[in-house]
Amino acid sequence: MIEFKLPSLGADMDEGTLLEWRIAPGDALRRGQVVAVVDTAKAAVDVECWQDGNVLDLLIQPGDKVPVGTPIALLLEPGESAETAPVPTAAVPAAVPTGRPRISPAARKRAAELGIDASVLSGTGPQGAVTLEDVEAAARQAAPVDRQAAMRQAIGAAMSRSKREIPHYYLGETIPLGAVMAWLATHNAELAPERRLLPGVLLLKAIALALRDYPQLNGFWQGGAFHPAPGIHLGVAVALRQGGLIAPALHDVADKPLAQLMDELGDLVQRARSHSLRSSELADASLTVTQLGDQGVDSVFGVIYPPQVALVGVGRIAERPWVEAGRLCAMPTAHFSLAADHRASDGHYGARFLAEIRRLLQAPDSL
Amino acid sequence: MIRTTYREALREGLREALARDPRVFLMGEDVGRYGGTYAVSKGLLEEFGEQRIRDTPLSELSFVAAGIGAALGGMRPIVEVMTVNFSLLALDPLMNTAATLRHMSGGQFSVPLVLRMATGAGRQLAAQHSHSLEGWYAHIPGLKILAPATLEDARGMLWPALQDPDPVLIFEHSTLYNLEGVLDEGAAVDIHSARVRREGRDLTLVTYGGSLGKALAAAGQLAGEGISVEVIDLRVLHPLDDATLMASVRRTRRLLVVDEGWRSGSLAAEIIARVVEQGFYELDAPPARVCSQEVPVPYAKHLEEAALPQVPGIVAAARELLGRG
Repeated sequence: MIEFKLPSLGADMDEGTLLEWRIAPGDALRRGQVVAVVDTAKAAVDVECWQDGNVLDLLIQPGDKVPVGTPIALLLEPGESAETAPVPTAAVPAAVPTGRPRISPAARKRAAELGIDASVLSGTGPQGAVTLEDVEAAARQAAPVDRQAAMRQAIGAAMSRSKREIPHYYLGETIPLGAVMAWLATHNAELAPERRLLPGVLLLKAIALALRDYPQLNGFWQGGAFHPAPGIHLGVAVALRQGGLIAPALHDVADKPLAQLMDELGDLVQRARSHSLRSSELADASLTVTQLGDQGVDSVFGVIYPPQVALVGVGRIAERPWVEAGRLCAMPTAHFSLAADHRASDGHYGARFLAEIRRLLQAPDSL
Repeated sequence: MIRTTYREALREGLREALARDPRVFLMGEDVGRYGGTYAVSKGLLEEFGEQRIRDTPLSELSFVAAGIGAALGGMRPIVEVMTVNFSLLALDPLMNTAATLRHMSGGQFSVPLVLRMATGAGRQLAAQHSHSLEGWYAHIPGLKILAPATLEDARGMLWPALQDPDPVLIFEHSTLYNLEGVLDEGAAVDIHSARVRREGRDLTLVTYGGSLGKALAAAGQLAGEGISVEVIDLRVLHPLDDATLMASVRRTRRLLVVDEGWRSGSLAAEIIARVVEQGFYELDAPPARVCSQEVPVPYAKHLEEAALPQVPGIVAAARELLGRG
């Protein structure tokens, strides 16, 4: 028997509120299947299962808020049955009754007016029915919770921890992007607008390819030691429209063609802004890239998102005076920065990594 | 404001009607020399004479039918039937003639008859004198059904009933005759609306007639537990005053009906159906009802009490509706 525990969906999460189960006792599960939707300080996240199995029991109900690591469901491993499976030692709460939740018509109507999902509330009416009063109590409770404030606090906690624990070093380099921009102009000229590539995608690909040769920057600092990540999953910092920041992972960037990355990036940004990210996307990022080019700043020196060990910042791409082969010219350039954890690498290593990015960006055909 | 009883209030209503309109007369078994089974008409024979206060033979069919004929002939008869159980003997003229004639004559004839009768249990009179069949009469189109539960209604409903061009049946609960209290002579009495007898926020308790006192007692007890009960006295069982019911349920979101009739096919069932039809989305709990056990009302006191709606049962049903069962 497996105790499915509430996973940490990032360094800034220490508890979560179950919004919805997507599984019921008896369901067969496949690895990667979405089992629940959990609200963190930042977003509602689809939590995925990490192995095959069968659902035996659900231990918490929608609306429950539990710390990371709390068992939330019992799963049977393939081939196990409820009778033969060893019961975990921890006390198991009584089975949660399944079926249609009892919600009074008045509660249903009011919940619709208030935009509250009454089916996740716990009821105080006859036979546990959700009553009008329960909905109004939930509305009163929900109102003062300010998602922006909560997100600010979550970011603040993670960044404070980063600055407190991680000995950062910073490097910066202006990289010429003439070749990239020329290649892009030619490439996009033949494509319909929706299929055109943005420069950011090429930069992400170059960073990912460079990481293949510099694995000390792609991974996590945990338990006093560096652990390289199993894949190159770039955290893409996305500014949310209502404020705040989230950095979901774009998976296996080094292995995917540009067009696919473009599609996946668009999808990821859109889902980040509509609060429908998957747990792996929030937990997996192995190095974060923050591009503040849109905002027009020349450089950005970021704070590492723990437990990652490095962050690449990219400033605005603009034509700037540039000297090449002794001649002055106008050249599109961008300032790349690296913030890295001194426990996992040093400046020399970091400088070679930036140089590799620069080298890759001079040959856009190879990206 | 005068101190009086329900019985005396009914008698005052009769006396006033007899005095105001020479077409009004009272007839029924023992209404004259004996003064009425429940002593409601005591003294009226001496005051108004044998032409106006008429004892009848022991035949509900004949004297109710005679009342219908008198009404058709221009009189304003008040017919007293001892208890609702006996009125079934007169169901044929009541339903097939009195209730239908306006419709069947294309509006040419109407039957301005008033029929008074005792209903309900609680006085150890056993099954044949104790049933609450007013819900059956409330099923019949063309009849107006009244259930006075207060001194004011006992006093005041008769005259508007006599003004009504169609048959009106007045059901007097037999436990109310000895009810004593202060009658407000200035109170306006109509025969079309329900009344809120006690205001409340959490629960609408709908009842009428002999159950009103129990409902108010239950509401008082529930108030002590912090449950605020609104008590509605239906007063008119047919046609029902939906507007008052719905206005109350929209405030309280919960409905409990107390009805001394048998549960299946009861007036309580009709009220719940209407509230669900008109206010399903206003409700915060399934409507509930406290009715009589579906047995002939027993003679033995403890069995009779067990068969009827009682305060503890009403209180328990109310708690259940609020999830505090």
